Amino acid sequence: MYLWIWRRLPDDPRVKLLIVAAAVLVAGLVLWYVVFPWLEPKTQFDHGVMDGTPSPTPHR
Amino acid sequence: MRVVIRGMGELCVTAGLVLLLFFAYELWGTGAYTAGEQHKLDTAMRKSWTNTKVTTEKVRLGTGVALLRIPRFGKKYHYVVIEGVSRADLRKGPGHYPGTALPGEVGNFVVSGHRTTYSAPFNRAAELRPGDRILVDTRDGQYTYTVTGLKIVKPTEVDVTAPVPFHPGRRPTDRLITLTTCHPKYSAARRLIVFGRLTATVPRAAAH
Repeated sequence: MYLWIWRRLPDDPRVKLLIVAAAVLVAGLVLWYVVFPWLEPKTQFDHGVMDGTPSPTPHR
Repeated sequence: MRVVIRGMGELCVTAGLVLLLFFAYELWGTGAYTAGEQHKLDTAMRKSWTNTKVTTEKVRLGTGVALLRIPRFGKKYHYVVIEGVSRADLRKGPGHYPGTALPGEVGNFVVSGHRTTYSAPFNRAAELRPGDRILVDTRDGQYTYTVTGLKIVKPTEVDVTAPVPFHPGRRPTDRLITLTTCHPKYSAARRLIVFGRLTATVPRAAAH
């Protein structure tokens, strides 16, 4: 897949590298700022609260 | 066949890299969200403290209740404690269990927080030792709790949050604090509990 994409990029190696670097950066930013913030709350494992209803303070 | 195997390999490597990035996001990216929310909560809470109008309304869920400081963790360590312990609440900072005592009150002021993600406010909770101070600033004053002990319990041992820990139904006479967080780090298998007792109260005007 990556070889197929690589072969379709312009021949100039500098342009190739630039396009690849930009694509990786864009993909990383989309993952970091869009996909992960949406996904993370659904996969949260470290909540830290006790499993149950805490006892309320008796009325004084 | 070779093309398929290569394609699968590339997909696996890509998935691995995405997972690594997600792990990095869990550890550091979530902290940026908490820092932003803490700033907003801190500003709103301090503004409300300057309001001289005295009200009897209850603390609203999702708002700041108090400022938590633990000298052992350094001078920069401070978190606004939010009212509520839902997942959404704890993403913003340590949360106060609604229904448990408020700072300085007789009973148990119970606060829960993340151990590893979302700024990890209780990341170093296991380092606390009996005698360490936990400072809680509110609109009324500064309450100094002193750590009395630590315990590791099952997540279902909700009695640690009772007004008298482990004795639900017993009428409290002490002013206590209980911090709860996950244990061990990166796992929710157990809970690390820090117990403390109020040892000093200073009015807001005299607090530093």
